[in-house]
Parts: sequence; C-alpha cells; structure tokens
Amino acid sequence: MAQRLIDWIDQRFPLTSFIKRELTDYPTPRNLSYWWNFGFLAGFLLMLQIVSGVFLAMHYKPDVTLAFDSVQHIMRDVNYGWLIRYLHSTGASAFFAVIFIHMARTLYYGSYRAPRELMWWSGQVLLILLMASAFMGYLLPWGQMSFWGAQVITSLFGATPLIGDEIVLWLRGDFVVGDATLNRFFALHYLVPFFIVAMVLIHLVALHHVKSSNPSGIDLADKDNIPFHPYFTAKDFFGLGVFLIIFCGFVFFAPEFFIEPANNEPANPLLTPPHIVPEWYFLPFYAILRAIPDTLGGVAAMSLSILIFAAMPFLDRSRIPGGARFRPFYRAMFYIFVVDVLVLAYIGSQPPGGLIFKIDVAATVIYFAVFLTLPFHSRWEERWLHARGLPPALRNLLDSASEPQPRREAR
Amino acid sequence: MVGKEGVDEERRDFLLTATGTVGAVGIAAACWPFISSMNPTLDVQAQANTEVDLSGVAAGAMRTVAWRGKPVFIVHRNPEQIAAMAQSEGGKDPAPDRTRVQEPQWLVVVGICTHLGCVPNKTEDGWLCPCHGSVYDNSGRVLQGPAPRNLEVPPYHFVEPTKIVIG
Repeated sequence: MAQRLIDWIDQRFPLTSFIKRELTDYPTPRNLSYWWNFGFLAGFLLMLQIVSGVFLAMHYKPDVTLAFDSVQHIMRDVNYGWLIRYLHSTGASAFFAVIFIHMARTLYYGSYRAPRELMWWSGQVLLILLMASAFMGYLLPWGQMSFWGAQVITSLFGATPLIGDEIVLWLRGDFVVGDATLNRFFALHYLVPFFIVAMVLIHLVALHHVKSSNPSGIDLADKDNIPFHPYFTAKDFFGLGVFLIIFCGFVFFAPEFFIEPANNEPANPLLTPPHIVPEWYFLPFYAILRAIPDTLGGVAAMSLSILIFAAMPFLDRSRIPGGARFRPFYRAMFYIFVVDVLVLAYIGSQPPGGLIFKIDVAATVIYFAVFLTLPFHSRWEERWLHARGLPPALRNLLDSASEPQPRREAR
Repeated sequence: MVGKEGVDEERRDFLLTATGTVGAVGIAAACWPFISSMNPTLDVQAQANTEVDLSGVAAGAMRTVAWRGKPVFIVHRNPEQIAAMAQSEGGKDPAPDRTRVQEPQWLVVVGICTHLGCVPNKTEDGWLCPCHGSVYDNSGRVLQGPAPRNLEVPPYHFVEPTKIVIG
C-alpha cells in the first residue's frame, strides 16, 4: 500500500529520486572533519529560531507601552515562556558562534575558491541578513540596551552624505527610536527569516552542484566519496548532540549569560546607560567603527570590514590547494586574523580610552592589512612552495587524484 | 567501502531502533513546551473565579456578570416564577428545575446560546436568542428553536447567603 502510494507520487513528482540523489546517495568526501558540521548546525539553529520566534510572537506586543511588560509576561505567566525566550536569546548567540566557526573553516581550508565563489557570496548575504535580523530582534524587549543600541545603529545612517538626517528620520519613523520604530522592527524581524530561508535554499542548491569541499582542497576521485546517508547523517547528528549539550547548558544554567543586565531596565529615551555595548557578536565590528574618529569614515570602515570577506576569491591569488593546510604563510595570516578579531572583540567591550583607542587602531589596521596584502603574499607563497618542492603530503594527494580530473588544483 | 563480513546485523538493528526511539521521544518531549505555551497563561487562569454580591438584585430582576470572559446570567426569581418552573420539565432537553438551581430563588446560567454561541435576550418568560430564535424558560431550559441543550449551569457555590463565587 505504502509502496503503491510512493509509486503514484513518483510518476508525478521526483520524490524517491530526489531523496536518493540529494540526501541518501549524495556523494560526500569521506575525509570531512567535524569542522564541516557547522553548516548543519546553522540550519538547525535557523529552524529553532523560527519556531521559538513564532511562539514568542504569539505573546509579544510591539508597542512601547506594552513591549517590556509583555516580555516579563512571557517570562512569568506563559507556560514555558521562560524556556522559549531563553532558547531564542541563547539561540541568537549560538547562531553567530556557529556561523563564525563555519566562516573560519571556509577561510582556513580555502573553500571560498573556485568553483565555490557563489556559495561564499550567498553565505555573505546570509551573514548580513542574520546581522540585520539579530539587530532588529534586539530592540524588541525594549530594555535600555535595546533602545540605545537601536538609537546608535540607526544614527550610523546619519553619516550618509547630503541626506543623512532624512534617512535616519525615515528609518525610525519618529524623531527618536519610538513606537513606529518598534513596530516596523518587529514586522521586519519576522520578515527577514523568510529571505534567510530562501537564501539558504540557494546556498544548498549551489552546494549540491559543486559538492562539499574537503580538507585536502582537491576534487576527490569517485572512490573517495561516500553516500551522505548513513555516514554523514550519523556524523551530523552526533555533532548536533554535542552542540546541544553545550547549548542547553547555557539555556538552563546560565540563560542570562548573553543578556546585558542593563536590558532588564525598561527603555528610557532620556537617559543613556553609563556603559553601552552591543551584543558580543557585533563587538569586533563595533571596535572598527570606534577606531576611526570620523562618523562617515567609521561607518565606512565598519561596513567594509564585513563586506571585504566577499573579495576573498579575488584577493587569494594562490593555486595551492587545501587552504591553510599546505600554505604555512597563509596559515600564519589566518591565525593572526583570528587573534586580531578576538582582540577587537575585547576592545569593543571596553569603555573608550587612550590606550584602548591605540590598540583599537592597530588592530583595525592589521584587520584590513591581512586582506589587502593577500594578493601579494599569496602569489609569492605559491612560487616559494613550488621552488622548494611541494610538501610530500600534498604531492601524494595530487598524484593519487585520478587522472581525468579536469582540475587538480583549486584555482 | 565497508565490508559486509563481520557485521552483526542483529546488533545493528537493535542500535538503530534504540537510537531512533530515543530520538523520537526526545523530539516529542521538546515539542511539549511549545504546545503548552498556547494554553491559557497564568494571568488568564487567575481570572477563572468571579465573586458576585447578590444583595442588590431585586426579585424578578437579572444581573449579567463576566466569568472567564463569558456572560453569566443571575436571575432573582420571584415565587410565581419558582412555582411555574417547578411544575415544568422543560422542552427538548427535559430536566427538573431543582437540578438546575442550588437556591430556588437564584438561577445562575451561562448566557451563551447552546446553538451557535450568541447571547440570548431576557424576556418576561425567559430568554429569546436573537440569532436563530431559540426560546428558553426561566430555568434556562430550551423550549423551542434550534438550540440542542439547556443553558449551561456553571460551577458555583454560596460563600454567604447573598454572595456566590462562580468557577
């Protein structure tokens, strides 16, 4: 009976063949490490955020007189409201943590290179959409940090030449962040995830066309691919289990870890809290904003610090496969960049001051220098590696790749 | 890739079934908080009781109070009405009057027509529903019209001779 139903569907819709081609038999490099788990985790978190967000929206009221109290209502009166809210607030932080690791993996292994540029760029769009959604969602509890965060970030658009003030007024729909702002942020916070889901589908269609990269950086022969199911379904779900242990640890034992104490105070447009910081995932970019003592320059630098990732496929001129694995100089730059981002995050969390500002400027210069010097040292590094002979591990990989492979080295 | 030799199929099946079962139970358990969050919240549940002081309701008069957001009719019946109702068994949904009241002079019924949920209007002899013409007597029993059942008697009790708590 069930088989007859499936046959009936298969004559009209490619159900079985689709599942076979894209899920169960989908060829996956067998050498993927757990660093390749984070895309799956991001997908899980997207679902979790949508589900918990929809249920929060059933009880939340986007009105300046009601918003803060409705969040307290969710915490105290709604059955399991505390759990759903903490899942959503912790989920936002976890989402960024997972996405940052996902990006770091792509940078380390050079997975942004041909033929995966469109994956990298759709991922870049996803990062911006995620940031927009997180920023607008942060206003909704209508606490002090919510309000002043939104006030500062919308003010950034005031740096637009000529029509800055008009743009800020238009964004807010009010002279300050007010009722109109809260209402539209709620509407858009609910809307943006639709775009994220659509972009994730594009990301996945691209992935299934070019297939996963792998730690060796070389297109593997057919014999080195294994079916996604059961090998990677099992691996992904095991990774999810480990992730959930950490995630639930925060949700149940330290749910306020990611919530600024000042945000437990209702928004007050007449009083800025003494020390205002963005959420941790915006800190590095916030530090870059503060490194330049000019509004337009700071906003431009901050925007560029996010958008510059999109240039990676052009900036990296090396054809040595495997990203940082076989490229000592690139590897060093990668770790310098990671440490630099962590320094910027720390700087962003500190009150502005003399020494902090100097470190901030230095870290910002290093941040951009890592990107902008890449075209030169990646070329130099490739010549140097060829001149002294490729590492034996890489040569073995290149030799073992099957002959008819059109592209042995990632471009 | 993986040889079939040396695979303990029974053990495999057991592990797969056990993992699948634990996973299914876990997913079901994780769904529960979300489903439960749609039930009435604590502040809604706190409205579940309504206390009514009956001393101001004159004989023959009716007062409508809100209980859980629904109208409740409290009728102070006079002796003629009590006598008339005691002799009648009602209409489509027969029930003796004594099963519908705790004190004969006080009738307490939920003011929602059992047909499709309109609020019936008070008449001399009971109620008439404006939506589809169901007629109820002074015991809240349906006499004619499309309503299938008598007006519901809510749970209530007397805390004083002239004070009740509904709910």
